[in-house]
Amino acid sequence: MKLLTDLEAIKTLTEAKLSNRQITGVEAGAVGYRSVMVCGGTGCTSSDSNKIIAALNKEVANHGIEDKVEVVRTGCFGLCELGPVVIVYPEGVFYSRVEVKDIPDLVEGHLLNNKPLERLVYEKTKADGKINNFEDTDFFRKQNRIALRNCGVIDPEVIDEYISRDGYKALGKVLMTMSRQQVIDTVKKSGLRGRGGGGFTTGMKWQFAADQDKHQKYMICNADEGDPGAFMDRSILEGDPHSVIEAMTIAGYAIGADQGFVYVRAEYPIAVQRLMKAIKQAREYGLLGDNILGTGFKFDIDVRLGAGAFVCGEETALMNSIEGKRGMPNPKPPFPAVEGLWGQPSVINNVETFANISPIILKGADWYSSIGTEKSKGTKVFALGGKVVNTGLVEVPMGITLREVIFEIGGGIPNGKKFKAIQTGGPSGGCLTEEHLDCTIDYDTLTSLGSMMGSGGMIVMDEDTCMVDVARFYLDFTRDESCGKCTPCRVGTKRLLEMLDKITEGKGTIQDLDDMERLSNTIKNASLCALGQTAPNPVLSTLKYFREEYMAHIVDKKCPSGVCKSLISYTIDPELCRGCSLCARKCPSDAISGKVKEPYVIDTVACIKCGVCFDVCKFNAVAIV
Amino acid sequence: MDTIKLTIDGIETEVSKGTTVLEAARGLDINIPSLCYMKGINHSSSCRVCVVEVGPRLIASCTLKAEEGMKIQTNTKKVRDARRTTVELLLSDHDRECLSCSRSGGCELQTVASGLNVRTVSFTGEKSHHEKDLSSPSIRRDSAKCIKCGRCIGACGTMQTVHAIGFNHRGFDTTVGPAFDRALGESTCVNCGQCIMACPVGALTEIENISDVWNALADPSKYVVVQPAPAVRVALGEEFGMPVGTRVTGKMAAALRKLGFDKVFDTNFGADLTIMEEGTELLYRLNSGENLPLMTSCCPGWVKFVEHNFPNQLNNLSTCKSPHEMEGAMIKSYFAQKMGLDPKNIVVVSIMPCTAKKYEGGREELSHEGLQDVDLVLTTRELAAMIKEAGIDFVNLKGEAFDNPMGESSGAGAIFGATGGVAEAALRTVFELTAGKELDTIEYTAVRGLEGIKENVIELPNGKKIRTAVVHGLGNARKLMEAIESGEKSYEFIEVMACPGGCIAGGGQPIIDAQTSEKINIKAERAKAIYSEDESLAIRKSHKNKSIQQLYAEFLGEPNGHVAHELLHTHYVIRSKF
Repeated sequence: MKLLTDLEAIKTLTEAKLSNRQITGVEAGAVGYRSVMVCGGTGCTSSDSNKIIAALNKEVANHGIEDKVEVVRTGCFGLCELGPVVIVYPEGVFYSRVEVKDIPDLVEGHLLNNKPLERLVYEKTKADGKINNFEDTDFFRKQNRIALRNCGVIDPEVIDEYISRDGYKALGKVLMTMSRQQVIDTVKKSGLRGRGGGGFTTGMKWQFAADQDKHQKYMICNADEGDPGAFMDRSILEGDPHSVIEAMTIAGYAIGADQGFVYVRAEYPIAVQRLMKAIKQAREYGLLGDNILGTGFKFDIDVRLGAGAFVCGEETALMNSIEGKRGMPNPKPPFPAVEGLWGQPSVINNVETFANISPIILKGADWYSSIGTEKSKGTKVFALGGKVVNTGLVEVPMGITLREVIFEIGGGIPNGKKFKAIQTGGPSGGCLTEEHLDCTIDYDTLTSLGSMMGSGGMIVMDEDTCMVDVARFYLDFTRDESCGKCTPCRVGTKRLLEMLDKITEGKGTIQDLDDMERLSNTIKNASLCALGQTAPNPVLSTLKYFREEYMAHIVDKKCPSGVCKSLISYTIDPELCRGCSLCARKCPSDAISGKVKEPYVIDTVACIKCGVCFDVCKFNAVAIV
Repeated sequence: MDTIKLTIDGIETEVSKGTTVLEAARGLDINIPSLCYMKGINHSSSCRVCVVEVGPRLIASCTLKAEEGMKIQTNTKKVRDARRTTVELLLSDHDRECLSCSRSGGCELQTVASGLNVRTVSFTGEKSHHEKDLSSPSIRRDSAKCIKCGRCIGACGTMQTVHAIGFNHRGFDTTVGPAFDRALGESTCVNCGQCIMACPVGALTEIENISDVWNALADPSKYVVVQPAPAVRVALGEEFGMPVGTRVTGKMAAALRKLGFDKVFDTNFGADLTIMEEGTELLYRLNSGENLPLMTSCCPGWVKFVEHNFPNQLNNLSTCKSPHEMEGAMIKSYFAQKMGLDPKNIVVVSIMPCTAKKYEGGREELSHEGLQDVDLVLTTRELAAMIKEAGIDFVNLKGEAFDNPMGESSGAGAIFGATGGVAEAALRTVFELTAGKELDTIEYTAVRGLEGIKENVIELPNGKKIRTAVVHGLGNARKLMEAIESGEKSYEFIEVMACPGGCIAGGGQPIIDAQTSEKINIKAERAKAIYSEDESLAIRKSHKNKSIQQLYAEFLGEPNGHVAHELLHTHYVIRSKF
């Protein structure tokens, strides 16, 4: 078992090693020791970052420079769009889209001869023939990484590296110097709200559970991240698992729980493996177990794997699943803080919420609450996706505008297209439009606009997006993920989807819009859990902000964005067609005919509207009408 | 007791702590519709029909506990719209063949829909996957009518601990059925039919044998004999609008005769015969010390439950066939001989308060020389349907008597229908047999009542003490069996009835909707009728039944004798736990 003094010793020892991983602005040529950080998050791992690490190690060994180079597998840097990502310190050179075949050049050029490999250097860091610090790029500059503080900085599988970054110091402070109530008061005062979707004040949740006079209580971490496109919880577990373990232990102390559970989906294998390893390490160091840091406080954590049902992110369904029952929600009240897991008081917090706890304890509630807006404190991690240049993970202070996130951090819309809408809050959220771009991002503003913070998914849509199709897409998701327990969600989402299908097929009527609105309101008002209660949001928000698009589908039988297959057809403009025959050769249904060097024609009956002709035509002669 | 004050629709009311808003509102005669809620059985708040307005939110009132100062509105536009739309959604995925549905008129969905003035179903679209499962000899599942309320699952799982059915698949594709979509007939279902009693719609019904009986009655080559169980006569009247707990023994016999049965016998005779055999068996086991405790075997749901779940205790079950099976066996042997009938031409029809009896009727062990002891089993509900179909004015019928010899019965046979009845009937005989003389005591009230597990130590006249347990409801039975297996409890005699309350509340009895069953204690009312039937009879001990005495003298010889063993006793089989 380690004591606080042992942790301090570890910190001192490891700090020296970590000091290499800071950009010191050293001119190439004067470097003695380098840290090569390779992203080991799910995104980069799926594009072979493991092989890159192996190749790096092999090449470094071949050149006999092992004592001058460390290769570190880290968590996610955030710029997933550019993966696999490699950063070389101390210069802070940011390499993007690295492949295994690039490694010999990279090692020989940069590590042996101090010449960064220009062709792989992230374009945005290059200016005037110089390579600049990646932290000064638009993507990183506006970020404030609190929850993601260690992601990309440490090797998540080495507990000592976490400790060297003040890891487990907050736990030490809590156990040695703070009462349970002081911990709760600090978290309350910080203004931290749940990052999983609901946005309930974390300190209050802890207080409710702490106030329960029961012997057995549970602290649960909700890592059942289910919003399509959201992956901040996965990234934190992959890049900094100890931050969650430490925070759960602090929370366990605060509410009087001695057992924690992390409910994580099995389809996050890297996160699960790193979390399990981290728990094992924490137990070995006595940071989990019967006598934590010699204080007599007892707390341990078990991992429960979920099968990937969206509804299991709902806290009562999650608890049913942990209990081995079907993942279906229960009515609330009773709330989990009063009657939770196996009927005992339980607190469920999301991964990102936990990742904020240790900094709050160490730096104080006032520091935290100085960030953000009046009612939404601190930072929020967003998963930026869709039609935006920089897709990836960003952590920004609450109160930032949508415009800053999309156009500054996100780099705007690719291919010179126009911005049309943004969906926040995943399938439970709503679509916001151009007129909302200068609205601030915080819990209450987003909700008042008919969307929500949710877990932080942000899908950007450009002018080519059909909003009816978007509503249909999200409804298809929630319909598919409905557990089937309550009527409004089980049957209502199905019927709502069928109406949207009808409209996208050009068979909708004006009456359908009224029926959809009535049905959406019933699903929203009468469903048992948040899944159903929020499922109609994409429909209601698009009906509100893009009603004319619905009308175009219903009245004109047209899809203005050219997306809904039943409402479009392809034609070839004889003026533009050069008769190259490429479209005819690519057409899978032999619907295009003509003579070479003469305009080709599409048989609209045989056409299956796959769009291949549109994609392959070099002369823009194929048009959607 | 702590009380809570709340306001519902502007009316202030005071209720005890723990009361739900639904109960509080109904206490004020405010009718909040509900479908999935069934007190003690299903509190899932899943149908969302009982929503009420609390502040800005709609909350299901069935699981919402009353809180001090709460202001509830049950009749706002928001509430009505949500309820009506929800019911429309249910109807949009419901087989609306109401005119030919056996639950028409008693269907809770029908009542709720008409109560909410649902005049059209605005939503159309795909229907969820459905199938008709006819694999069980007792219970028919028609998932096209299922509204996924979960009441059957609560009855089967929470109440009976049988867990034969649950939710399968998810979302719109959710179905109710045995795990892995297996057929009910291949599951651990014990056929008790409590799921049918819980079902608010026509998704679960008995497998009907009405036309089989009509066909037999119409066949001139068949000699059709009928025997109604003790509990049928205290519930059948309800199907004709008579108050719960009305005894209709004479009218029932008259109706059966009008339907055209060649002989109208009474299963109460079979019950007396069972006491002779089982009482003797108990005394034998008490003397030998073998296979104790003796467990009753009258209830086929219980027997199958033991076969699936407690195979090590199969030898504890009494080897006695159940009363109607014993009577069937006697009809096809003793009675056939007496009448000069070929048993092949006899059709024995049992009228039972039970669905498991349909399954029991088909058990291979309950046959003799290739002939089933009982050929067809109808539920109380099916008999009522036949009486209605025949155009018989049941309520105004003049009472008639059963036919002899198997129509004569004692009060001991009559009380088989209520929990504790078999035990009491056995005690009436066993006491006198051990005392060797007539005793004044007739009623052994210690074994009566609706408590789940009733334990007694009874001292016989010979000084021997027997520890008894009387259990009803398989959930209670499981508890008891586990206590016996763990060695925590031991007994000499156990009576078990699978259905809570015993046969009076069996799965074949008239279905009472969830709301009515909260207002009237159906079990208590029917049990009262059973005991008054007993009191009304001149002979109240099985061994005093003259026809029984005659049967032993002319045909069977001794109880537990050679012929009795051949015809009145059976054996059991081990079944899979899954």
